[in-house]
Amino acid sequence: MRLQKLFFVLSLLVCVAMSSAQQADVSIGVTGEGQVPSIAVPDIRGLVGTENESTFNTTLWNDLDASGQLRMVSKSFYPRTAPRRAEDIQASNDNLPIDPGDRGLWLIGWSDPPISARYLVFGTLEESSDRLVLNGWIYDVTMEQIQAAYVFGKRYYGSLDEAGARRIAHDFSRDILQNLGLGIGLAGSRVYFRSGRTGFTEIFSMDYDGANLKQHTKYNNIVMTPAVSPDGSRLAFTTFVEGTPKIYIHSLETGRRLTFYNQDASLNATPDFSIDGKSLAFASSASGRSQIYMADLDGGNLRRISYSRSLEIDPVVNPRTGSQIAFTSGRSGVPQVYLMDVDGANVRKLSGGQGDAVQPSWDPKGEQITFSWTRGFEPGNYNIFVMNVATQQLVQLTHGAGRNENPVFSPSGTHIVFSSNRSGGTQIWTMRADGTQIRRLTTQGRNTQPVWAIR
Amino acid sequence: MISKRKIALATISISLALFAAGCKKDPPPPPPPPPPAPAPAPAPAKPTVSISAEPSSIERGKSATLRWSSSNSTSASLNQGIGTVPASGSREIFPTRTTTYTIEVSGAGGSASSSVEVAVRTPPPPPPPAPAPPAFSTVLGQRVNDAYFDYDKYDIRGDAEGVLRANASALRDLFGTYTNGRVLVEGHCDDRGTNEYNLALGDQRATAARDFLVNSGVPASKLSTVSYGEERPQCTQEDESCWQRNRRAHFSVAP
Repeated sequence: MRLQKLFFVLSLLVCVAMSSAQQADVSIGVTGEGQVPSIAVPDIRGLVGTENESTFNTTLWNDLDASGQLRMVSKSFYPRTAPRRAEDIQASNDNLPIDPGDRGLWLIGWSDPPISARYLVFGTLEESSDRLVLNGWIYDVTMEQIQAAYVFGKRYYGSLDEAGARRIAHDFSRDILQNLGLGIGLAGSRVYFRSGRTGFTEIFSMDYDGANLKQHTKYNNIVMTPAVSPDGSRLAFTTFVEGTPKIYIHSLETGRRLTFYNQDASLNATPDFSIDGKSLAFASSASGRSQIYMADLDGGNLRRISYSRSLEIDPVVNPRTGSQIAFTSGRSGVPQVYLMDVDGANVRKLSGGQGDAVQPSWDPKGEQITFSWTRGFEPGNYNIFVMNVATQQLVQLTHGAGRNENPVFSPSGTHIVFSSNRSGGTQIWTMRADGTQIRRLTTQGRNTQPVWAIR
Repeated sequence: MISKRKIALATISISLALFAAGCKKDPPPPPPPPPPAPAPAPAPAKPTVSISAEPSSIERGKSATLRWSSSNSTSASLNQGIGTVPASGSREIFPTRTTTYTIEVSGAGGSASSSVEVAVRTPPPPPPPAPAPPAFSTVLGQRVNDAYFDYDKYDIRGDAEGVLRANASALRDLFGTYTNGRVLVEGHCDDRGTNEYNLALGDQRATAARDFLVNSGVPASKLSTVSYGEERPQCTQEDESCWQRNRRAHFSVAP
């Protein structure tokens, strides 16, 4: 017994040392950000260890980790057992929570070193005959009183397969983040992109972590520049299937093509949805050169928005106000990022004029624009920048590691997806909006033009 | 129930049979007197036939019609594998070379025949396999050349002006021969701009080249434009010589 206690103390000491080392690493990784709360997420076990169970736990962990809003406490510090139900957290006589397994106080056991977690996630995962059932809880383990420590608990149902396990993990992680006031996270969001893996280029999508690949178009042609409506129900893109570039719209619910009348022009391209999803901003050469237009979802009620003698393309509607459009224009001689009101008034240049500045995209709050810029590099060698529209403050997120293009914010605003050839072939990558935590999502074929949709 | 009528019938039958037997046994009658020599019985009339062809001369592959009429005939037959035909009639024929058709008729009075020749002219040899005009796409590829552009520009360079002027003259000429020919003016870009901006840039390169051709007398109705942006590069090396090859207006047969 004594020997055991001695061993326990020793291992605690080792853990403390490791913990502080790891924290130092982490703080380097999130420079500029305030301290993020730490969270312990012991594996949630079912009655038997199944593949669905490990899929669930991996997905939940990755969702919370990828949010960038939480510091994940390494599992190696956790006690051997964790609570499985709310009843497992019991109060002692002095109304403090105790550990029924006699390993110290339940909550304190997680909030004290070496774990030092602010939050603890636990629950049960069961497989019934026809579905997966999760009972999940999260507690603030720094609170002394159980009532104050309880954050939320909820029951989730999913299909009895890998997709169901991933689904309930996404739903749970999204609820955790929202209940902690940390935004919506990335869980359940999907990245749509252009892929050359079929020998043509078609639109595919995948979960934000690269899983669950799905092909949306099969035109055996050039299909490019995807855009997804804010509610995630429609996909618009540019395709050469009729010879010249035209805009097509698909329902993401039925997979079917919807009617969109392309006006008579050599080019109709680069669509983006308005915030109510009822109209499209796009580029058209109907006037003789590519200019910015808007039209209803069926192509009717067409109106020209920009009037210039230069080439303009890539319109993106401010997702918060709906009243401004950012776009690429050659008005100043080289392509630059401009802003105008949705009626075409108040045109002003956002980028600084050196090199090509292109492919603007808004953050979900409508305050920042991320875009690609060759400033300081040879033509074609783009890097990713973020500009605060009000203050004009500029941050460079990539620094010459290959060609970095098509940056688009996540619906949570915390991350940016982009394409890069930094690893050789052009692939889809994500990073936190401060340029850290860079992850590669694709490997097969040439993958470009990502957009990040809510689902 | 043997009636009187049946008895009568039997009686008549027997007497008839006896009468017939009695006849055979009569002595032969004296031979008829020989016909008077100077006035022999009139002989059956000799058949006649005549055949004609309309027209009597045709071009190979065309047809002619044989018409014939005969008298005193009981059968008629055409040669050349045609066989029995009506005594008078007509038939369409398709001789492939000059052929003599003979009709033979016969009747109680003998037989007769008549012939007609149908001359078949060989059509003038087809115009010497008119050096089959080469495919429009081939000639287009030979006589119409790419016009090149500067980086991020769509105005026509000096060297491109010369190329386009020669293209215009070649196209005016070609549209005279290939009256249904139509040309697609393609705008292309190198891969350094973005896919999106290059769609707009390629569109203007195609438009600029098209406008130049139209101003040089090529009918606008014969030309359409498309921008391929950087989607269909000729080469993919990352160097200026390849980039230049991709910054072009290219001319292909319109679909």
